[in-house]
Amino acid sequence: MLELIVISTLNGVLFGMLLFLLSSGLTVIFSMMGVLNFAHASFYMLGAFFGYQLTKWIGFWPALVLAPLLVGAVGMAVERYGLRNTHKHGHVAELLLTFGLAFAIEEIVSMIWGKSPVDYRIPAALDFPAFTIFSTNYPAYKIFMLAVSVSIFVALLVVLKKTRVGLIVQAALTHPSMVGHLGHNVGRIFMLVFGVGSALAGLAGVIAGPSLVTQSDMAAFLGPILFVVIVFGGLGSLPGAFIASLVIGLVQTFAVALNGSLASAFGPLDPGLGPSVLTDIWNVTIAQIAPILPYVLLVLILIVRPVGLLGTRET
Amino acid sequence: MNEATTPDMLKEQSSAVRFYGIWLVAAIALIVLPLVFSSGGSLTSFSLIGIAIIFALSYNILLGQTGLLSFGHAVHYGLGGFLAVHAMNAVAAHDLPIPLPFIPLFGGIGGLAFAILVGWVMTKRAGTVFAMISLGIGELVASSSLILRSVFGGESGITTDRTALPHMFGWSFGPQLQVYYLIAFWTMVSAIAMYALTRTPLGRICNAVRDNPERVEFIGYDPHVVRYFAYGFAGFFAGIAGGLTAINFEIANSAYLGATQSGLVLFSAFIGGIAYFFGPVLGAILVTYLQLGLTNLTTVWQLYFGLIFIGIVMFAPGGIAGLLMIHRPLIRAGSLAMVIPSYLVAALPTLALALGVILSIETVARYAASQGEGNIINLLGIPFDATRPLTWAVAAVLVFGGFLVARITWRRVAEAWDRAATVARDRGYLA
Repeated sequence: MLELIVISTLNGVLFGMLLFLLSSGLTVIFSMMGVLNFAHASFYMLGAFFGYQLTKWIGFWPALVLAPLLVGAVGMAVERYGLRNTHKHGHVAELLLTFGLAFAIEEIVSMIWGKSPVDYRIPAALDFPAFTIFSTNYPAYKIFMLAVSVSIFVALLVVLKKTRVGLIVQAALTHPSMVGHLGHNVGRIFMLVFGVGSALAGLAGVIAGPSLVTQSDMAAFLGPILFVVIVFGGLGSLPGAFIASLVIGLVQTFAVALNGSLASAFGPLDPGLGPSVLTDIWNVTIAQIAPILPYVLLVLILIVRPVGLLGTRET
Repeated sequence: MNEATTPDMLKEQSSAVRFYGIWLVAAIALIVLPLVFSSGGSLTSFSLIGIAIIFALSYNILLGQTGLLSFGHAVHYGLGGFLAVHAMNAVAAHDLPIPLPFIPLFGGIGGLAFAILVGWVMTKRAGTVFAMISLGIGELVASSSLILRSVFGGESGITTDRTALPHMFGWSFGPQLQVYYLIAFWTMVSAIAMYALTRTPLGRICNAVRDNPERVEFIGYDPHVVRYFAYGFAGFFAGIAGGLTAINFEIANSAYLGATQSGLVLFSAFIGGIAYFFGPVLGAILVTYLQLGLTNLTTVWQLYFGLIFIGIVMFAPGGIAGLLMIHRPLIRAGSLAMVIPSYLVAALPTLALALGVILSIETVARYAASQGEGNIINLLGIPFDATRPLTWAVAAVLVFGGFLVARITWRRVAEAWDRAATVARDRGYLA
């Protein structure tokens, strides 16, 4: 039991930090531009596939740097030529543009790399067990993933809180027009932030790709969870996104690891009852309901606290 | 009537004639269509288009009328379908006196029931939050449907037999033609009902909630309640569409509830144009027709949908209906002739650009799919080999050349448009 708790906590924190790499960019973009970027998970997927392709060509370490930069460039182009032109039609049009983009990117990826998972492997230099805990080997690559996400998190914190750029970004979050009046090019700040956000998503993709499955439906799989994270944490709140990422990462990891069901807890139902909704619910294991847990959390938080955990904004 | 008919009354009469005329023409078209195109394939297409029209119109109650962007509308459609299938099986099993044409009502009730259940929490907030919640609820229901196997039948779904129900007017509803007429009847009834809804005070206050919820509160309405009502109506009509689909295919499965279905209805409504009642109708016809036509031609038809959608969002947010309707004042002012020549000039490079994009996509798709093996693309009767560099060069020239030339002609269109609009404004047809 202790083994399960330790391993699941490690994995959960790892998944949570990965979610935060994505949700931090999404949150900052949302609070600055008022645009919820539906294609954010698609940038994560692009990162994974670029990482896979570049690893094949030039190796993992250069890919780790190049792929996020490429994704960032794609993100900046999307902001510059797509969103900026759509801005005059309002937020719904912007949201729909990113929705269409997410759709198109998924199709393009499956067109080029196919619909089945690609063989994106852990680099040989990191393919060894880092330590053994309760007779389970914990892979070094996961420690590497954790280290990368935590260092990005710290770097983000320092940049936002301690530097001039961070100050301007923070100001543009709440008072974009005032920042413009002070002589800053708000358009360029938006483009850069969008680029950095996409690059972070891309980085998450590059490091998560070998560990999880790199496949053309990975964006459609992660995207909704990401939106749950930022609504759960409170739209526009970075600390909220951090807590929500960890909560959802831990909840999902623990749920997957648990095999209990009502039937195993209270004994099987009388078989004479026949199949019904009750038997379905009685026999389903916690691992099986893991995919729906984030959405259950979403509904619960909306009933209890509609603005999200740490949210303050009404819209 | 003794009094002289004033011009105003004449105008009113003629607009009434035109108004009822449109609905009459639509009804006659629905009746005559299968007589003109009687092949099995076209009957199936018409049936699907009819269902898609109801679904898209129901979606527009949310997006167009009330300003609620939903990413999970297929939930009501799918649940309606499932309830309809269960109702059909129950009717057949217990010999209940309910004929098939009433089954879509059960679908509607299914959609409505779920809307009533979740709508209150969902419609608390509009805008982006509503969009995200609708996405979450959509995923929740789609995932749950795979767990509750006894109700949703797991991956394979639940089948039924529409001919096992009591017959009506001697119709067994076995042949597709009879099913088509059933769908056409419900399409007409639902469209009229949804149009009528937009004319009621509720429909009007929905528009107000969309445009300015704060002022709605000042005049004493609760926007939350108004959104809740709109959500319920949208769920009801989506459920009817789902029930008709269940009748049409005699099956309901979890794909009905999924994100793809929700995305398609959003595409239909938006491509058609959400600002006009008939917009989603156009969109539903186009999207269903493209979907049926493109699946035979290309493996990446969904990509074309995505691109068309992006194009509409960026360049024509009013959709097809919006594009058509901006010409109305020009036609009335008689200045339409001023823009037509520039349209014709712009059409050629734009077409070249479109063909270039299609050729590039197909080339990449087939090149990637066959790992470089020879594969022939047939574009306008000209065969292109995906592996030959010439094909890639032609695609590149068409895309870049087409774009550069088209950009100049689009500027010309804008100038001609400005001149024509000025004339229309001078003659008082354009504000």
